[in-house]
Order: sequence, then C-alpha cells, then structure tokens
Amino acid sequence: MTCPARRIVPFALLPPALLGGCSVLKLGVVNHAGPVAASQWHLYLIVGAVLVFVAGPVLLLVPIIAWHYRLSNKRSAFRPKWDFSWPLEGLIWIPPAGIVIGLGFVLWHYTHKLDPYRRLPSSQPALEVQAVALDWKWLFIYPDAHIATVNRLAIPIGRPIHISLTSGTVMQSLLVPQLAGQIYAMAGMTTQLNLEASRRGVYRGENTQFNGQGFQNEQFDVVALSPADYDRWIAVVRTQAPPLDAAAEAPLFRKSVLSRPAYYSAAPARLFKTILTRSQGPAR
Amino acid sequence: MTDGIWSAILGRFTWTALPFVRAWETPTISEIIGAGAASVVILGAILLATLLTVYRAWRPLWSEWLTSLDHKKIGIMYVVLAFVMLARAVIEAVLMRMQQASAIDTPGFIAPDHFAQLFSTHGSIMIFFMAMPFLTGIINYVMPLQIGSRDVAFPLLNSISLWLTGGAAGLMMVSLVIGRFSTGGWSGYPPYTELAFSPDVGPDYWIWAVTLGSIGSTLTGLNFAVTIYKMRCPGMTLMRMPLFVWTSLCTSILMIFAMPPLTVATALLALDRYLGFHLFTNDLGGNMMNYANLFWLFGHPEVYILILPAFGVYSEVVSTFSSKELYGYTSLVLATMAIAVLSFTVWVHHFFTMGQNADLNAVFGIATMTIGVPTGVKIYDWIWTMFRGEVRFTVPMLYSLAFMMTFVLGGFTGILLAFPPLDYLVHNTLFLVAHFHNMLIPGLLYGMLAATHYWFPKAFGFRLNEKWGRISFSCWVVGFYLAFMPLYVLGAAGAARRTQAFFEPAFRPWLYVAGIGALILLAALATLFVQLWVSIRERDANRVAAGDPWDGRGLEWSIAAPPPEYNFAVVPSVAGRDPFFDGKRSGAAYAAPARYGDIELPRNSATGPVIGIVGAATAFGLVWHIWWLAALGTLAVIVAVIARSFVRDVHRIVPAAQVERETERWLRTVSAARAIPREIETTPANQGLAQVPA
Amino acid sequence: MTSSELRHTGLNLGGTGEISHEQAETGLFGFWVFLMSDAVIFALLFATYGVMLSATAGGPTPTAEYKIGPAFIETLLLLTSSLTFGMASITMKHDARPRGLFGWLFVTLLLGLAFLGFELHDFATMVGDGAWPMRSGYLSAFFALVPLHGLHVLFGSLWIVVMMVQLAVFGPDARVKLNILRLGLFWHFLDIVWIAIFTIVYLQGLIR
Repeated sequence: MTCPARRIVPFALLPPALLGGCSVLKLGVVNHAGPVAASQWHLYLIVGAVLVFVAGPVLLLVPIIAWHYRLSNKRSAFRPKWDFSWPLEGLIWIPPAGIVIGLGFVLWHYTHKLDPYRRLPSSQPALEVQAVALDWKWLFIYPDAHIATVNRLAIPIGRPIHISLTSGTVMQSLLVPQLAGQIYAMAGMTTQLNLEASRRGVYRGENTQFNGQGFQNEQFDVVALSPADYDRWIAVVRTQAPPLDAAAEAPLFRKSVLSRPAYYSAAPARLFKTILTRSQGPAR
Repeated sequence: MTDGIWSAILGRFTWTALPFVRAWETPTISEIIGAGAASVVILGAILLATLLTVYRAWRPLWSEWLTSLDHKKIGIMYVVLAFVMLARAVIEAVLMRMQQASAIDTPGFIAPDHFAQLFSTHGSIMIFFMAMPFLTGIINYVMPLQIGSRDVAFPLLNSISLWLTGGAAGLMMVSLVIGRFSTGGWSGYPPYTELAFSPDVGPDYWIWAVTLGSIGSTLTGLNFAVTIYKMRCPGMTLMRMPLFVWTSLCTSILMIFAMPPLTVATALLALDRYLGFHLFTNDLGGNMMNYANLFWLFGHPEVYILILPAFGVYSEVVSTFSSKELYGYTSLVLATMAIAVLSFTVWVHHFFTMGQNADLNAVFGIATMTIGVPTGVKIYDWIWTMFRGEVRFTVPMLYSLAFMMTFVLGGFTGILLAFPPLDYLVHNTLFLVAHFHNMLIPGLLYGMLAATHYWFPKAFGFRLNEKWGRISFSCWVVGFYLAFMPLYVLGAAGAARRTQAFFEPAFRPWLYVAGIGALILLAALATLFVQLWVSIRERDANRVAAGDPWDGRGLEWSIAAPPPEYNFAVVPSVAGRDPFFDGKRSGAAYAAPARYGDIELPRNSATGPVIGIVGAATAFGLVWHIWWLAALGTLAVIVAVIARSFVRDVHRIVPAAQVERETERWLRTVSAARAIPREIETTPANQGLAQVPA
Repeated sequence: MTSSELRHTGLNLGGTGEISHEQAETGLFGFWVFLMSDAVIFALLFATYGVMLSATAGGPTPTAEYKIGPAFIETLLLLTSSLTFGMASITMKHDARPRGLFGWLFVTLLLGLAFLGFELHDFATMVGDGAWPMRSGYLSAFFALVPLHGLHVLFGSLWIVVMMVQLAVFGPDARVKLNILRLGLFWHFLDIVWIAIFTIVYLQGLIR
C-alpha cells in the first residue's frame, strides 16, 4: 500500500506532463478506427461547430456587458426602467428555436443512421459474435467457428461485426471507444451492437457500468486482424485451446478478475441461448 | 440459543460492522480512513453535545430552534444541514480524486469496495442531502417574505419535512459508523442492488435514507405550492410575483409530481430485498428496465428541481445588482414553465444505450435539445437585464456571472449528449460526470451560494465578509475548471466513471490536474467556513439592521434585519413587481402602520422532531433487520400523528402592543441610519438604508 | 355571507370563527395536492403492473387467479361506503347534532372493514393457490398495487375511528369538520382508485 503523500508529490511535475497530455485522445473516438466511430466523430464536429455559434455569443456578451455597464463607468447609458423589447425578444427565442429545429433533423438522421441495431452496409456477411457480460470479464462466443474467448475479441478488418449481448449477472455496458458506441447487456434480454474495424490494431474495450469490486479490471483488447490472420487465429484457437465444457464454464460465472485472456474450442452451440433463458427460469 | 436472542435484539449487527474493528483487524489505509471518518462523526457528536452542555444550550436549542415552526428558522436549519452534508461530500470527492490520481496502474490507497461507497455516498448526499435541503432552506426563508406572508401554509408539515430530511441525513451519517453504505451509486440500479448481488446492509441504508428524504421533499413541495397559491398578500397577482417565487412554484410542482416516482422505485426495490418480490430481479420475470424508467422519471425533473430555484436567485441578484428592472419578466416566467413541463418528457436520455429503437431515442433526444431553448432565453434575459444598468460586482453577482459563462459550457456538452449516437460513446464515462457537474455546480451550488451571500444580511442582520467571499468564489470557479475540464478529455478517451483505478499512463496528467482542482475546491469549502467565522467576529461593524443593504426590490427588504418572527407588522399590499423599490422612490417605504393588531402564530411543536427521529430509528431497524425497533417505530409515528390531531391549543398570540413596540424601535433604527450610495455598499458604512437617487 | 363562503358552498364550518374560510380553503386545497401526488404513485404502480402482466414466469396467470364474484362484491361495498360517506357529509352540513354524522361514519367504517375482509380473503385464496408475490414478476406487481390500495383503506378506517373519537371529545367543531371534509376526499379518492383496479386489474385480467 502506498502512502498518499508520496503520490501527491508528482504534482510538481505538472507542466512537462501536460506536454504529453494529448496522447490521451488517441485512446478515444478522435482516433477512430472504424466506420461507425468515424461517423460519430464527424457528427461531433458538426454539432460542435453549430454550438460554437450558440455558446459563443453568451461567452462574449456576459463579460463585455457586465464590464461596460459597471457602476463606476459613468459614461455608459443607464435605463433602469427599460425591461422589454420585441425585436430582442424575437432574437433570443427564434434563432435558438431555429437551431434546435435544424439540429433536430440532423439528430433524427444520425440516430437512425448510427442505430447500434442497424446492420452495416457491406458486400460481406457480418461476422456473428455473442458477448456475455460476467463478473468481471467478458465472454465472447463465435457461434460459426464454435470457439469462445474471454477478455479478447479478435475481429477481421473490413468486415462488419454483429454482436449480440446478454448478461450472466448484473447489467453491464460494452464500449470500444475507437470502434463504436456502447450498449447495455442485461440478463434475460438480448441487445445488439454493430461495428467494424477499418485498420489493424489493438483497441481498448471495457465495461462502463459499475458492477462491483473488480469493475476497474473489466477491460479487454479488441484485436483487429487482417482476414488471413484472423482465419489463422481461428484455426489456432480451434485446434489448440481447451474445450469450453461444464468444468471450464463454471469458474467463468464466479466473481473473479482474469489476469490474461482465455481461449476455448468447442463452444456449445446453444450456450448463449442457455445463458439468456436460464435467468428467466425458476429460482436456483 | 443465545445467538437467537442476540439476533432478535440486534438483527444482523456484528462487531465487524464497526469500522474501528475492521481497521484493527486489517489495518490498511483504506480501512483506517473509514475508521477515521467514523471517529470524526462520533467525536463531532460528542463535541457538539459537550458544547451544548457547557453553554447550557440544550433547552434554548430545543425550544427556540428544533421545535420551532417559524419558516425562517426552519429555513436556516435546512441550510445548516446542507452545509454539514456539503462538507462531508466534498471531502469524499477529494478522496476519490486523490485515489484516481494515485491509482494509475497501481491499486492506490483506497480499496475498490471503499471507493464504491465513496461515490455512492458522494452522489446521494450531494443530491438528496446537500442540494435539496439547501434550496428548500432558501425557499423556506425567502419565499414567504417575498409574497408578504407570515408563514407557509402548513407550518407543522414544514417542520415534519425538515425532520424527515434531517433524520434521513442522520441515517447517512450513521452508515459511516455502523455497517457500510451501498456501492450501487446514487441511482441504485438493480439488479446490482438486489439481494442476490448486494446482500449487505448498504443498499438498505440507501433505500431508507432516500425514501425518508423523498417523502419529506414531496411534503415540502406541497407546502410551498399551496403557500404560493393561497397565501400571497393583497395585490400580489401571479404576474407580480418576484421571479424567485415563480421558480419556487415550478420547483414545488415538480417536487409534487416527480418525487413519488422515486418513492415508488425505492419502495419496490425494498419489496424485492425484504419480501422476495421479483420486480427488478434477474429471475422470475423481474425487469430492471422498469426501475430505470421509474428512477429517471424522477431523476430528470429532479435536475430542474435543483436548478430552477437557482435561476430564481440569479434573476433577483442580477436585477438588484444592476439597479435595473428584470428584463423580459414574462418571457422568464414562460421559459420557467416551459422547462418545468419539458423536464417530464426527456427521461429516456439517461439510458439511450438500453437498446430501444432509434425512433424513440430520436424523439427523446429532440425533446432534450428543446429544453435548451427556454434555458438560453433565460441567460439572454439576464444579459439584457445588465444591459444599460449599473452593475456592481458583489459576491452574489460574481457567482451569477460565473454561472452564466460556465453553465453555457455545460449546455454545450448537454446538447452533444442529447444526440443519441454521441451519447453512446461517452455515456457512463467521465465525460458524463464532467457534464452534470458542469450543470449542477454553477446551476445549483453557485446559485445557492449567491443566495446565501445575498440574503444572509437579511437573516442575521449583518453582512458576510466581502474579501473572504471573493477568495472563496475564486476557489470555487478555478477549482471547478481544473477539476472538471480534464474529465471531459478523459471521458472522450473512454475513461469509465466510478473506476477505482486506471491502467492507461496517458490519463495521468489529466487526473493530476483534476486532483489539483479537487484540492482547490476543498480550499473553496474551507474558505467559506473561514468567511463565516470572520464575519461573525466582525458582525458589529457590518450590521444592516435597517434591513436593506443592497437597495433591494422585493418585500423581503422592506422589513428589519433580522425580521421579526411575524415578518410583517401589518400584511402589506402591493401594486407592482418591485413594490419596495418603487416604494423607496415614491416615499411610501418605511411608513408606520396606521394601527396594529394582534398576530396569531403557530405554537412550537415537538411533533416534527419526534417523527423525524423515530422515522430514522425505524429505518435503522429496517436496515439491520431489528424488527422490534422497526415495528415500534412505525407504531410510534402513527401514535404521534394521532396524538397531535388531538392538540387543540396550537396557536399563540403576539399582542398588538409588542408588535407596535418592535416596529417603532425598528423605524427609529431606520431614521437613525445613514442612507448610503451603492458605491460603498460593501463597506461598514452600509447600515441597511439605501440612498435613493433624486 | 362573504364571497369565499359563496364560492365554497360545500364548506360548512359553521359560524364558530375558529378557522377562517381562507384557512379552511387552504387546508382543503393542500389535501387535494396531496391526493394528486398519491395518484401519481398509483398511476406508476398501474403502469408497472401493465408492463409486468406478461411476466408470469410459468406461474399462475390473471385468468386463473381472479374471481369476478368477490371483486364485484368488494366494488359494491366500497361504492356503497362512498355513498354513506356522502351522507355523512350532508348530515354534517345540515344537521347541527353530531349523532347522524356519527352514525353515517360508523356505517362507512363497517363497509370499509367488510371490504378489507373480502380483500384479505381474496389474497389468502391466491396465496393458497400458490400465487404468492414471490412467484413471478406479474404477481409481484399485483401485490405491490392492490394491497397498497387496501393499506389506504385501512388507514382511512383508522382515520374514521380517530374522527369518531374526536367527534365524541370535541363535538363538531371547525377543525373536526375540516378533517372530516379531508377524510371524505380521501375516501372518495380510494373509490376512484378501486374502480381503476377493478377495471384494469380484474376485468381486464379476466377478459384475456
């Protein structure tokens, strides 16, 4: 256990640390690595640009007017009884309303375009992945390849990924900031997320919904591989990893933090369905 | 056998429920901090009790304060409660920031479970036991004075509300000493908070503290709304009410309609946990999405319950310190009403990521953006109020200006979050944390601090120290920007909220800056207390007994400071929006009443304290499964209510002669005071009488 | 007669002067507001019930559990009790002696208790069938909603008892009358909630 005082000392090293501060954005949507996140970043820029015109006038007017009409400035006008003007009234209601109407159309369009349930357009069929939220890890099932992984999601680049999510425990939320937005995983229910990686790399994935003591450790890597590498990876896991039988499955459902990813071959075909329906059954 | 007896008496209490025992058994820094916090609570209580005994203050405290039904005293007690809870929650926030700054790829000094309790208590306290009591206290004090009333509509109910809130806050403090608090956050989402996943007492503490508080707030809302509808003085039409009264009315209406969903949510969660129901469980058909809807059906209007009163404060402050009529009164009223109504139409934006279809998300997203329009209108109305005025940069005005600039940034990110696709990326991250602090610190805390500085001289008869006020203000503003702007960046990089540790070295500089910001916010809190201390010591130099230190506009400034217990010797009648301001200009102010009459006031009552304390004891019994205590407590509350209904002698009379004596004395003070111009209002020359320009 | 007496002809507080008509109006209005927030609670529980209706988790269903007969009798009892409370209010207004008022309150109390008896019997039958609240989300929602109304009726009955005692102790003074007016609002409100329960819970459940 470290002493808090020793931890605070490095504050003195702030200025140099700040110079390296921008590297943080590489972990987020700014450094997007797929069409969904790219589109979201694009939307950020559009909305942000519009909002500069909304917030800007206030940020300018408040200090200017407050300072200009200060009590000690005897040259400025003083009209204590002036309390209304129709043109001004129009100016503060109509343009903001117009902007909101305009943004409303943008919002409607993008909400449908970037609906996480919406399949991504592609010439290839989407890769199906089933994600199960566990305490404190993610189980990824590849139903077509009959393999499963824990805390590692390997995907081929350039091909849409369709993830079906559920939870084997409390509600969690799956987010890969560089690829797409998040969606909740809830027991007894399925949610869906569509994403795609457009370049090779390792992207940070995480659960963002607090779920207990191991929450901070519930992170995983999304490894985007070239299609050929991906196929090789599948083959390796299929042939070399241990099977996901009952003995291997049971510890996954206990509360624990995994120090490294795990791989399984021979994932039962109905595993996702079993997890999905069992919480609806009679009490255990 | 003895086990059975002990568990019947003590429920599920064991020695390890005491943090001291835990710290003894496993002396980690995390446990020692827990034990330290518990000893602060205990030593604080002992110190308070000792001081009260030494100064023989128990009896006056009981008879003049605790049992009082005077809205002014109840208001002050609410604000005191808010400050105590603010201190605890700020310290918790600083601990969390220090932990995160120190836990990058290391465990840090606070264990994950302890950290989770910290963010849960921090949020719960800030919303339910800091913000709510603060605004309730300010409204309690100011609103009846502004509408020319002698009290609220139901003074006893007011005391009961205070004590329910106080009892619930007490329960929060007890959770530091006995047992542990919930780790489920301030929103207490099941199924995590269900018995299957959190079998300990934590969520039960949360459930009952919040339930007691929410019942208290519902009754408060009812009380305020009825007061504003029925108790206005002659001539005070709705459209002549000060804007603070309007925002109080809207907040009250929101409380009446929005607190019940919270009560339902927590009560149903309690049914799940106590009786094995399956409303939000994972199995047998339970569905946590119901909880999310119920909670946010409360949670979103709650945001406006918190923010609207501050909007009212800013309206009063900007107008007063610009020496100018409020610009666009009607549009401010309309905007306030619009916000209140719209606040019920946006709750789904708290869970865009729950998998509903795009149409639904888009509708709620657009509704959310729509709220930006009336809010923007308000900001512009305040700007145009300063326009062609004479702006004085007093502490309340500084808070107002800082609010306008900062709140706009929060609105900026709010609109970003209103876009479902953008919310998907930063929901549940530090971006969201930065956003709602960016709304609530300027939109609630600055407002309430502005209100305290603005109305403090009215309540206590002397001004607060201006220099320390400015120091504290600077700390609140600088600290806010340093503490929360980095969180936007971290959130955009996908840093999850409620995380005890991070593993990305790139987060380090930003977490350090946020940590420094948190320390400055701690300094801001400390300087507030220094300011209070200094102000009390210098009180004789800064008295404003004539009652009008700021050249005020509303009725609350037309009486002595502090006001007599009956507020107005004669119920005033008004003919405009700024009755006192206009009265000073026309020479009608400070007129002695033609004749005095006896005044009927509510007699003190112990019902409020009894219900609050017994209610908290009942809740404590429920938390620890001490069933005899819970049953006895429930019975005692019912008996207390019935017994009170048999009390017939509930009023006392202030004789006309006394009213006359006190009023004459005040009028002599007024005529002896020197009228001062606005330039020197922050100097000791200010005796509470404003110079009226010829 | 002052204008406020004309506006509120229902408020018959007599010329005692103990409570002004303005104060009485305020008191009643406050109670209306309270009922509004109580109505919100019931509305949300109805909504929860509606959402959970299909969550039977393989357990008992509405059609199997609801009995139209007892529900109808309960409805009649409660509606009649509203009528008798109405009679109590009329008596209070037009009869200076407390006896009639006392009698009508007593009849209302009996009807309320009879309602509670029938309702408890219903619940006992359901639990006997294995339809206890822990069985499924649907039954949890049912038992969160309907017994809460029963609990209200129980509190209303207790309130009637308290008012009868106060009537005996203080006579029909202004405060007792005002409280009986409030109690009346409460009692009629429970009737309205029950009508909603009867239609939305019982009738709809049986039609399926």
